[in-house]
Parts: sequence; C-alpha cells; structure tokens
Amino acid sequence: MGRVSSSSESLLLSHESAAVWKKSWLIPLFGVLLVVSIAVATALGAVTIPLLTTTRLLTYGLLQLPIDGDERTLATIVYLIRLPRVLAAALVGASLALAGTMMQGLFRNPLADAGLIGVSSGGALGGALAISSGFAMGSSFLLPCATFAGALISAFGVYLFAARQGETSLTNLLLVGIALNAIWGSLTTLVLSFAQDYEISRQIFFWLMGGLDGRGWSHVQMVFPFVVIGFVPAFFLSRDLNVLLLGEETAMSLGINVEYAKRLLLVFASLLAGAAVAIAGTISFVGLVIPHIMRLILGPNHRLLLPGATLGGAIFLVWCDLFARMVIPSEELQLGVITAVVGAPLFLHLLLRQDKIQRNPA
Amino acid sequence: MTDLAFSLDQVRYTPDHTLILDDVSLDVSRGHWVGILGPNGAGKSTLLRIMAGVLPASSGLVLFEGKVVDQWSTRERAKQLALLPQRTDLSFPFRVREVVAMGRTPYLERWQNESKADERIVEQTMALTEITRLADRNVMTLSGGEFQRVMLARALAQQPAFLLLDEPTTGLDLRHQFEVVDVLTTLVQQGVTIITVLHDLNVAASACVSVVLLQSGRVYAAGPPQDVLTVEAIRAVYGVDVVLGENPETGALQIIPLRVARPTG
Repeated sequence: MGRVSSSSESLLLSHESAAVWKKSWLIPLFGVLLVVSIAVATALGAVTIPLLTTTRLLTYGLLQLPIDGDERTLATIVYLIRLPRVLAAALVGASLALAGTMMQGLFRNPLADAGLIGVSSGGALGGALAISSGFAMGSSFLLPCATFAGALISAFGVYLFAARQGETSLTNLLLVGIALNAIWGSLTTLVLSFAQDYEISRQIFFWLMGGLDGRGWSHVQMVFPFVVIGFVPAFFLSRDLNVLLLGEETAMSLGINVEYAKRLLLVFASLLAGAAVAIAGTISFVGLVIPHIMRLILGPNHRLLLPGATLGGAIFLVWCDLFARMVIPSEELQLGVITAVVGAPLFLHLLLRQDKIQRNPA
Repeated sequence: MTDLAFSLDQVRYTPDHTLILDDVSLDVSRGHWVGILGPNGAGKSTLLRIMAGVLPASSGLVLFEGKVVDQWSTRERAKQLALLPQRTDLSFPFRVREVVAMGRTPYLERWQNESKADERIVEQTMALTEITRLADRNVMTLSGGEFQRVMLARALAQQPAFLLLDEPTTGLDLRHQFEVVDVLTTLVQQGVTIITVLHDLNVAASACVSVVLLQSGRVYAAGPPQDVLTVEAIRAVYGVDVVLGENPETGALQIIPLRVARPTG
C-alpha cells in the first residue's frame, strides 16, 4: 500500500497544507484596494478634483470638520454627489457578487447569477409593483422590502424547478432562468402599461434601466441595513457551502443540516440580490464574473471566497460605474451595458467549458 | 445493548407510488462486512441511503445502533457513520487535500480550522488510499478512478465506525480494486462495520461475511455468500447461468458466468 514512499511524500508536502490560509493576506489587500478605488472614483468625473483634495475633503466630511469657503462647492460635489454614488456602486457590486457566490454553491453550479436565473427580474417586478401601487411611498424601506420579496419568490421558484433531488443540471438552471426572466419581464411591462400617472411610469422605467445615475445618500441608507443583514450570516455558512458542493446526501452524511443551510442561503442571497435591485435595477453578470475571478485567485474554499467576492464585487462595480460616467464626455453609458460587455464573453466561455465536462465526465 | 449495528424492519420506499423497496427486513452485526447485491434497479443504492439516514423510508423501522436512524443528530451520526455515494459531481476546482479534509467536518466547530491532528488524519487516509501524490492536484483534472479514491479517502477521514459504500470498486483498475478491498478488510479487522453495494459477485464472495441479494426491491436471500450465491439464485435474480468453483489460492467461492439463462421448459 505504498507505505514506503508515503512518509517522505507527506514530509515534502506538509508545508503546503496551510497554502489556503497563506492566501488570506489577500483579503486585507482587497480591502485597501477598495478604499483606494472609492477615493479615485470620487475624485474623477466631469470636474476632476485632485486625489489629495478629494481625500482631504472626504476626511473632513467624515469627521464633520468645517471646510473653507473656497472649497464648499468641491465639498458638495465630493460629499453629496459623488461619494454616495460610488458607495452605492460598491454596495451593489458587493451584494451581487456575494449573492452569486452563495447561489453558485447552493445550486452547485458556477453559472448561477442573480440576473441570469431570474432572481433580479423577480426583484424588479416586486419593486415596480411597489412603486406603481404607491406602497413604496410609505417609507424608504418598503422598496427594498418589495424587491427582496420578489427576489425570494424567484429564488424559491428556481430551487423548486431546477434543483430536482439536489441535482441542478446546467440546462434546467438556465431554462428556468429564461422562463422566469420572461414571466417577470412581461409582468413588469404590464405594470408599467397600467401605471396611470406618467410621472410614476417614468420613475419605474428610469429605475428599471439599471444604473446608478442620480443615486444619492437616501439610496445608500435605504439598502444598507438589508445588505448588513444579508452579509453577516453568509460568512457563518462557509463550511456548509463547501461541503454542499459534494452533493446534498454527502453533506448530510457529514453532519450538515442541509435543509436549514439551503433555506438560509436562499433567503440571504435573495436579500442581497433584492437590495442590489432596489438601488440599481437589474444588473447582470457581476455575480458570475466576480466569483469566477476570485476562485482563480483565492481558490474555491468559501471561507476565503465569500469575503473575497464581496470585496472584489465592490471594487469591480466602482470601476465599471466610473467607466460608465467617464467614457463619453457629458454622456452616461448604462452600467448594465458595461457589466454585460465584460460578463457575457466569460459566461459563454464557462458555458462551453462546462458543457464539455458534462459530455466527457472524467 | 445487542451487537446489532443496523436493524431494519419491514422497510418500504414508494415515492410517487413507485415501488422501490418492499418489506425489507435485515440485521447487520457490528464488525461485519455485508454486501448488498442484485441487478440494476433492484433498490441497492436506495437501501444503502436509507440505512445511512440521508433518505427517509416511506414506512418501516430503521435502527442504527439501537436508535431510530433519523433521531440521531446529524452531526453525532456523522462521527459514527460515513457514506460514499455511487457518484459525486464536483465542478469546483478544490484540491484533493481540501476535499479529503472535508471528511473532518463533523468534528469541527463552525469557525474552527483543521488542527494538526486533523491534518495528520487527512495525510494518513491519503496514504492509505494511495492518493498522497495527488494531494495538491485540482480534483476536476483527475481520472474517474482517481476521483473515486479521493472520495473514499474523504469518507475514511471521517474515521467512522460504520462505513456505507456504494460500489467502491466500480471504475477502478484491477490493482486499485484489490487495494480498496485490502483497506476495507483491514478496517473490518479493526472492528469497523462495512456495508457495500457491489456488482462484482466474486469480490462479495471473497470479502463479505454475509450478503443480501435484492430482487425488485425485495430481499431474495440473505446470509453467508456460499449459502446465498447458488446457481439457482443467480439464475433467478440476474438471469445468468453460472458455474461455481473455488479460488485455488484462498478457497473462496468463485463464480464464473457462462451465458444469459435460457428459460427452462
């Protein structure tokens, strides 16, 4: 049984056993990168403000220190216009990437993304209903509540129809996504066409287009609690997610409470996807691109992947949004267009590769 | 306390009114190696999963160590009982070592990392299943047989007293088949109870203390291999004519298949 060679081999390899944890230093690095990205994105725009000035103004704003009269205009731009938008981008990116990572683990398929499988469009329908019925007028927290409800219903739908007996075939997942996107999309159009008030339908339409144009502090405050509630418990489930990838029965035989873990994952992923939709409408591919890239950098272990994808998603969307604002002077590209241009080719690449693996199982 | 590891009484499994298992009663003694045999679709894997507690029976009683199997806390049960399913799809690029280390899950708290002791157990099980040289390979790049051994190592890393395996030797080359049987034989000698779904009647005849022969969801016969695996039983259950012999080295029962059985008139 190879006992002769094994002792020397294990000596040779033992120093590598902690290799996963050696990568954990990358997490604080991503944190620093995110802060730098936020500062740079706040400095750049129609009026470019030097990075040092931006940083100083941000610090002053944060500490609520008085600002000189000359810099009041700049401070307004930085603190009231750009910063909330950049933070909104970071929150949306982080939520979508974390939701994507969780759903990929849950569906055991690296192609699950809130946009592609219909969870985001379910959230959008919930939001459109809430706005057109006037339900969302009651309190600013009611819109994210409605998008969460829509996202949750979709996520359970995907789970019911695509995950027969714990197996989620690629075909089922994407077909259910197509069906749900079509149903929610047409119902949303119906809601739009029934909206009596022109102002309301314009508001819904603007929001549905997907983007961060005109997002301010109220939007950041609106979803922040939802994002926090979604984030924190996600990290408690990292081991469950790892083991679930071996299949539900194996996970159960390893002592994981599978039903409990699945429900929590569905609820938290929907909470995050719903929060993202409440700010930015439907933006696809972030939840696909970021987990994929992070798996290449950090490996598939969710204990690193979940925080990594959260930070990576935030960084990614901050830069995508900056690009959307900057690429054509005095015009805005749609954020969803940028993420699709980056994400769609990667999606096709993954699709072809996974198809190949399923055709020729190892 | 009896020495019964498992005791099944009139277990039925009938999802959507399809009869998969019907009236299966079965006792498995602790420290035995029991083989579950039968043709495709006879309900072997279902029976194994019901015994492991990952699939609830439609009716009947399943006792594991004297306690109803689904009344165990899943975590406590996982420290006692490991299950190796027939097939595992893993489309995420874990390294072999990480997958084997997942076998330590029932022993770890939510935030706890694997200790040195856990790592040592992972190293040992990898050495035992001869996958040490694959330790840092991406599991998605392994051959089917290599992956099968990784999954066996994962189950062994659970250090179970009861090991339930669905076709552990299928897809392995001759040498690795022997090695897996050797590893399991050693475990039985150390007091581990093993239940395996098997297709290879000769492996069952040489390794198992007793076998259960299933036909269409019912127990056709159960007992020591030489009593169960008769020419008549194999013809009735598998529809194949065989001759029985004796392994010249070990004296174990040897089954030599001849042809598809013709109906005797």
